[in-house]
Amino acid sequence: MTKEINLKIDGIDVSVDDGTTILNAATKANIHIPTLCYHEDLCVAGNCRVCVVEQKGSKNLIASCAMPVSEGMEIFTNTGKVRLARKHIIELLLSEHNADCTKCYKNGNCELQMHASEMLTGEPMFIDLAHTRKYTIDKYNMAIIKDDSRCIRCQRCVRTCEELQSVSALDVAYRGNHMKISTFFEHPLFEVVCTNCGQCVNRCPTGALIERNYVDQVWDAIYDPTKHVVVQTAPAVRVALGEALGMPAGKIVTGKMVAALKRLGFDSVLDTDFTADLTIIEEGHELLSRLKRVLVDKDPTVALPMATSCSPGWIKFIEHTFPEYLPNLSTCKSPQQMFGALAKTYYAQKRNLDPKNIVSISIMPCTAKKFEANRREMRSSGYNDVDYVLTTRELGIMIRQAGLDFESLPDEHCDSIMGSSTGAAVIFGTTGGVMEAALRTAYEIVTGREVPFEGINVTPVRGTEGEVREASILINKTLPEWNFLEGVELKCVVANGLAYAKKVMQSVKDGTGNYHFIEIMACPGGCLGGGGQPIPTNREIRSKRKAAIYEEDMGMPIRKSHENPEVAEIYKDFLGTPLGHKSHELLHTHYTPRKRY
Amino acid sequence: MSEFLKRVDLIFGEYSDQKYKTLEKTVKRPTEDIIKDVLDSGLRGRGGAGFPTAMKWKFAMEQPGDEKYVICNADEGEPGTFKDREILTKVPRKVFAGMAICGKVIGAKKGYMYLRGEYRYLLPDLLKEIEEYEKTAKGLGIDFSIEIRMGSGAYICGEESALFESMEGKRGEPRNKPPYPTIAGYLSKPTVINNVETFVNVLMICRIGPVKYKKLGTLDSRGSKVFSVSGDTPKAGIYELELGMALEKFVEEFGDGDTKAVQVGGASGFCVPRKKFKDTIIGFEGVPTGGSMMIFNSSRSMYNVLHNYLDFFEEESCGQCTPCRVGCQQLRIGIEAVKRGDKPINYLEQLMKLSETMKITAKCGLGQSVANSFSSIVNNFKEEMIY
Repeated sequence: MTKEINLKIDGIDVSVDDGTTILNAATKANIHIPTLCYHEDLCVAGNCRVCVVEQKGSKNLIASCAMPVSEGMEIFTNTGKVRLARKHIIELLLSEHNADCTKCYKNGNCELQMHASEMLTGEPMFIDLAHTRKYTIDKYNMAIIKDDSRCIRCQRCVRTCEELQSVSALDVAYRGNHMKISTFFEHPLFEVVCTNCGQCVNRCPTGALIERNYVDQVWDAIYDPTKHVVVQTAPAVRVALGEALGMPAGKIVTGKMVAALKRLGFDSVLDTDFTADLTIIEEGHELLSRLKRVLVDKDPTVALPMATSCSPGWIKFIEHTFPEYLPNLSTCKSPQQMFGALAKTYYAQKRNLDPKNIVSISIMPCTAKKFEANRREMRSSGYNDVDYVLTTRELGIMIRQAGLDFESLPDEHCDSIMGSSTGAAVIFGTTGGVMEAALRTAYEIVTGREVPFEGINVTPVRGTEGEVREASILINKTLPEWNFLEGVELKCVVANGLAYAKKVMQSVKDGTGNYHFIEIMACPGGCLGGGGQPIPTNREIRSKRKAAIYEEDMGMPIRKSHENPEVAEIYKDFLGTPLGHKSHELLHTHYTPRKRY
Repeated sequence: MSEFLKRVDLIFGEYSDQKYKTLEKTVKRPTEDIIKDVLDSGLRGRGGAGFPTAMKWKFAMEQPGDEKYVICNADEGEPGTFKDREILTKVPRKVFAGMAICGKVIGAKKGYMYLRGEYRYLLPDLLKEIEEYEKTAKGLGIDFSIEIRMGSGAYICGEESALFESMEGKRGEPRNKPPYPTIAGYLSKPTVINNVETFVNVLMICRIGPVKYKKLGTLDSRGSKVFSVSGDTPKAGIYELELGMALEKFVEEFGDGDTKAVQVGGASGFCVPRKKFKDTIIGFEGVPTGGSMMIFNSSRSMYNVLHNYLDFFEEESCGQCTPCRVGCQQLRIGIEAVKRGDKPINYLEQLMKLSETMKITAKCGLGQSVANSFSSIVNNFKEEMIY
């Protein structure tokens, strides 16, 4: 049992558990203390010093984010000494900050700007340092732009990259006045181990790390009368977009999002969910075929465990960190890329369009998708399969630019074809979702029966943050053609966040992890916690989005990928069979080993 | 030497006739007795901050577990301080013996010396002495080994928690405190980290006893101190003197007759102007020092002196916390702007307030102590800042 500690903050009695920080104790007492380097998801840094408070009997102020409470402590958060110190600190940060706010992508959503306006920093108190320096702006990456002139050196990105993702593409370099956040030998981001996951972007309090935005390019395509613009939206977007438009976290806004996209002028509003279902069919068959080749054909060249390949951050991570395991990745493209390839082939055929006039846009919770869309191998339709990738945040911007009152929009449905969705596709947005969707389908293919879980909710594989989730499913009473799987215990593992992905791969490598099927999503919580999601994203918000995703799944009339009518149709009309010739051409890909340095 | 200044020969006094004799004697005593002696002696840390040594040891001693560390901070980087170098050159045996006593008291089996990068040339001799120590320790059944780790020249790595980070192979950045080193230091284990001179003092207390030791110095500042005297003095060098002397007597002895100010405690210490020599006591009750005494005569521009210090801090700040990283830069360009006339004279007041903020908000001792030299120089030599 933890001890209760009693203290006074601004005269208010507060009791909290031993070990609580003053900041959290103050939050409990509804006292707001400004912070900058602090982030709920990360370890405490105590760098920025904005959160300083006064303790009775202490000469120095203390950083409330880093100081644990102690019995009888008396804290003051609003004294003259505190106020001046905070103002000084914000002024100091502003003096080395390129405060060209109106030209900044984060204008209006910047924590430094917010503090500055709260503290009424009028005339600069100190001498401007920002314009006497040469700052690096790395704008050569497809996904992320890093602008050192806006960096306040809070190291949230550094901690994110190291703690959450175990990538450490970003770290602190130099010291004193030259101290900066940089990469290995100061190479541009596209040349280092960065996975483009965008978790740093999501946590950057200023405009120092932002996504490369394609809003104007998309508008241009929409306004171009010769272009047919199709848009796909990922499952995790519909449970988070509301936040970018002033709604509370955890609202399902699928219908409003579709209505908004139609009003923005997209020619066809379709759904990544459709290709998520398709992914399940292809990936499910791939897994079964690998199992068959191992168990029946005794083929030693088949790589097991098989790992999912939907998360482009994870793909780049494994290419850099565990390149020897690339054969273990499913060859399936991610749903976004399957969609892109089909948009310019199948969809073009059906709609009688010249693929060169189709502009394919995707709305993703992800920054790594921007990189993925630009991979060389993602041109199997003969064109860029996906032309522009927008994050949830960018879609929010477009909706605001168009002056739509999002909350009052009616619910509308996606267009057809390639617009139908199932519950299995929706849960692609959360950790464990791909695994669950795959099991719902694969189990049924093999046994002819539904997965043996109440309401087909395969709860054992539903991942949670901060852990590696292992589960096994016993396969019995198989259909005759699958009897080689009779009695097989299918071992699955689910991980979210690259730090946990690394753990899984390490266990596979050292032989302690014995699995058949691995699901990895690069971001904490899965796609719903993606780097392209609205800011802020934290544990509480992610859990609300997650609840919304499962709610959406439960509400769907069809909850198994193989029952998606449009999926059946595409195999009949176009693809032939799963893993067939056409599938291989359009829906499967290969990977590139990369070096860590 | 003037009758008011007492030369002491404690630290640099000769080794005992038999190798590690005091250590041998001490480790046979009960731990409580040793710590009681250190407590009675009134010894306070010699690195500058002056934390009571016995308290530090006691905290670490009371921690459970047997993985604890003793670290000797030999990252002597304070401008104007060079006394640890002398100690390590002349009497390294005393340092290692002091560390071993600490190991015995707190229950540590491993000690490290973090040696300043620029002192690499001392390494062969020190290693030779460690070999000697290990031999003796083996003979005496002392389970405490000593290893040397090299610094790489960063001033900030002299800050204890940054030093741990550096030893752990990470970037030398100070940690948040609490937890303090005695609870979670090197490798997050209970650690006692003391200055080179402190360990020697402990050994000498064990040799001569607290009663005799206490006769040196004053109530708040017991014992002797090794001073690094530099600047405008005909007698620059290392001097072991009794603590608690008046600065006036010190200047009489070491000044060149034209002393305008003394910077006590290095760049992070205080500047004392001539008119305050008389009332200034060197010691914890007055102006404390880690050993550095820089003497300036009237040919020196105090603006240049301050500018030099600020340049130093600006570069040596680790850069992680805002007040220190940006504050140091603002102070430096601020005094330049006032000097040039680009900023009004009262901008100095603004900078004084800023330095006060740095003092109370910076994450570690580096940022907190910039204000010491800044405010003492600006306050006492304002006209030199302006004209």
